[in-house]
Amino acid sequence: MSSELTSSAPPSPVSAGDLRTEEMLLNMGPQHPATHGVLRVMVRSDGEMVIDCESHVGYLHRCFEKHCESVSWLQSVLYTDRLDYLTAMGNNWGYCMAVEKLFGDELEIPERAEYIRVICQELNRIASHLLAIGTYGMDVGAITPFLYCFREREKLLYIFETISGQRLNYNYIRPGGVAYDFTDEICKMIRDFCEYFRPKVTEYNDLLSANQIFKGRTANVGVLPLETAIDFGCTGPVIRGSGAPRDLRKDQPYGIYDRFEFDVITGSGEAGTLGDCYDRYICRVREMEESIRIVEQAVKDLPGGEFRSPKIKQKIRPPKAEAYTRIENSRGEVGFYVVSDGKDISYRTKCRAPSFHNIHVLPEISRGHMVADLIAIIGSMDIVLGEVDR
Amino acid sequence: MGDSYTLVEWALGSDAGFWWKLIGVVTAWAVPITVWVSLVGLFSIWLERKVSAHIQCRLGPMEVGPHGAFQTLADGVKLLAKEDIVPQGADRFLFAMAPILSFVGSFVVFAVVPFGPNLVIADLNLGVYFLAAIGSIEAIGVIAAGWASNNKWSVFGAVRAATQVVSYEIPLSLSLVTIACLAGSLSTLDIVNAQSGWIWNWFLFRNPFMVISFLIFYISCLAECKRAPFDLPEAESELVSGFHTEYSGMRFAIFFLAEYAAMYVVSAVAVVLFLGGWHTGIGPLDGWLLEQSPILANLLGALVIITKSFLLVFVQMWLRWTLPRIRLDQMMYLCLKVLVPIGMIVFMAAALWQGLFPVRDLDGVGSVFGLVWFVVVCGGTFAWVRNTIRGTKSMASANYLDRQARLGHDVGVS
Repeated sequence: MSSELTSSAPPSPVSAGDLRTEEMLLNMGPQHPATHGVLRVMVRSDGEMVIDCESHVGYLHRCFEKHCESVSWLQSVLYTDRLDYLTAMGNNWGYCMAVEKLFGDELEIPERAEYIRVICQELNRIASHLLAIGTYGMDVGAITPFLYCFREREKLLYIFETISGQRLNYNYIRPGGVAYDFTDEICKMIRDFCEYFRPKVTEYNDLLSANQIFKGRTANVGVLPLETAIDFGCTGPVIRGSGAPRDLRKDQPYGIYDRFEFDVITGSGEAGTLGDCYDRYICRVREMEESIRIVEQAVKDLPGGEFRSPKIKQKIRPPKAEAYTRIENSRGEVGFYVVSDGKDISYRTKCRAPSFHNIHVLPEISRGHMVADLIAIIGSMDIVLGEVDR
Repeated sequence: MGDSYTLVEWALGSDAGFWWKLIGVVTAWAVPITVWVSLVGLFSIWLERKVSAHIQCRLGPMEVGPHGAFQTLADGVKLLAKEDIVPQGADRFLFAMAPILSFVGSFVVFAVVPFGPNLVIADLNLGVYFLAAIGSIEAIGVIAAGWASNNKWSVFGAVRAATQVVSYEIPLSLSLVTIACLAGSLSTLDIVNAQSGWIWNWFLFRNPFMVISFLIFYISCLAECKRAPFDLPEAESELVSGFHTEYSGMRFAIFFLAEYAAMYVVSAVAVVLFLGGWHTGIGPLDGWLLEQSPILANLLGALVIITKSFLLVFVQMWLRWTLPRIRLDQMMYLCLKVLVPIGMIVFMAAALWQGLFPVRDLDGVGSVFGLVWFVVVCGGTFAWVRNTIRGTKSMASANYLDRQARLGHDVGVS
């Protein structure tokens, strides 16, 4: 490969008998505009057809789990921000839930904190899905939807900045509650956003979802059968796009999700085949509407009281125990396994990241498609490399 | 038409010696066109930035000059100052030649595009043929660039460009043939002169099939220019930058300029062939002005044709910033299975129509028919656009509205 790329000798002249198609080894990434970060995909292609491909991960590995074994429980929370940096609230929550589980019944989370967590998580899901559908439009060549999505995302990030002081890596949900309380202005901002956002979904639908070219590019492309999705451990919109109504918020309601009314969106193959890129895309669009529903209910019912448990001090020492918790993040199921040996530093932390599982189904569903489809498939997986490599 | 003369004829017709004639041709031909192409390129690039920005709720360049008018110039200077990189293992000669070849393609076509009754560089009697022939030189530059770069993405881009440009030559030529059949000439001047008078004398409204022919021509032009939704050869999300991945500095700038010049050129050609060229479309105005003051008539003609062309350029930009990119096989399907058969039918139908109703007298029956058809085309387009917009809205929001209705929300979208 390398010698072929660097050799300066001209290729040998071919005779007529040599004019056969030859497979080509294409190196896509780690620096490539469509790999959403530093994913590297090795593609074996015959002309424009993908014969086989393999995803290489690890360019962004930064020893998250080892870090957690060397800093205190509370300090670890801010490392979780950097996993799926587009849905940091979900990671915070997942980790905090694991730490809280270590305490067992000793620690009670205030009602208000639970509501605030739900609001933040759902708003963050919208922000993440906005980016996902925006960049997906870019992957198939439509640049404008991206900026439309960013227009709304900007408002969300402003809300997050007001809430936590950060636009991306919030470090807001902490073991025992949240870092700061909601003010009335924040509640008003969120209510205003919900009202503002509802009609905007129609704009994305007009620009992308209903566009015939977009449908042509995504329908029947990268069909992921449900069995394959289960085999590979896919979660989130990827498996829901294949038709399985799998959502931890409904299946195993954590926090207070059982109090809210919302639907689990699944793909239906409306544009082509069940489980194609269009289904995964449209799942995200509709999930944003569901999230808005949840946020509206949560803001309406937001109770008063404490926003974090008074038991949590600067330094916490969970009892000797181990715990595994999982939550439904915007890309799928995030799981945290923590082991405590009673010290103020975790003995072992393990993270199960949804993108890591979702991306590895890529070779299965992209064989036989064209190179342009491969891009559309990677985009429809909506991976975050910070989470894949950890 | 009076004493119609062209700049080249003027230069060649004098009694001067060979070298003087050469200098005359160069100054009358090459220098103004080079300046003009550069100006068009600079303006189009600025326009694209502003159009895209406003479509995307942004402002675009605002710092350099009023509303960023000199931003392209500043970028040009920056590109000039950049290091000229030739990748290792590249074919140096082809690598250097490719941008020039590409530029020449869009540059030379200007020779046969008339700007006014007397303003044309060369009134070739094979003008339309020349257009089709020289216009495809650009593809050679693109293929050479992709091959010479020694980069797999560039080769992909080059192969895609070759496939696309060669395929779309066919529907493009079919439209050209239809026009030639209507005008009875291949000269661009004759074609424009055949569209004088009222707006319904333009070839677009000449018979029921020309609208389709125009659409085929315009779609093919988009593909020839590698503009969205046909920007496969340089699809930045797929092929990094396609054929010009390895180009930087001034060579890249020349590719860029060539692309924007080509955008203007195909629009100008579309105006010449279908939209009446320099004619204002207001009946006797053009003829009267030409009698009164040829200079004024030419100036007005240039103004009209440039305005019309930039309107079409604007449509190209509008499409680019709205539509996703189509795939290679869809692109080929559209060309070979949709545009070519329809183009052939349109050509035969238009020829038949021309035989059955030889509309030559533009003031009699022909003009009545033209008026009727003008109204039909405009009304039909309007109704279609309105229905399409309403259709997409309802299609897109059907699901949303259903769910909102279920929830009891009044969203106020209809």
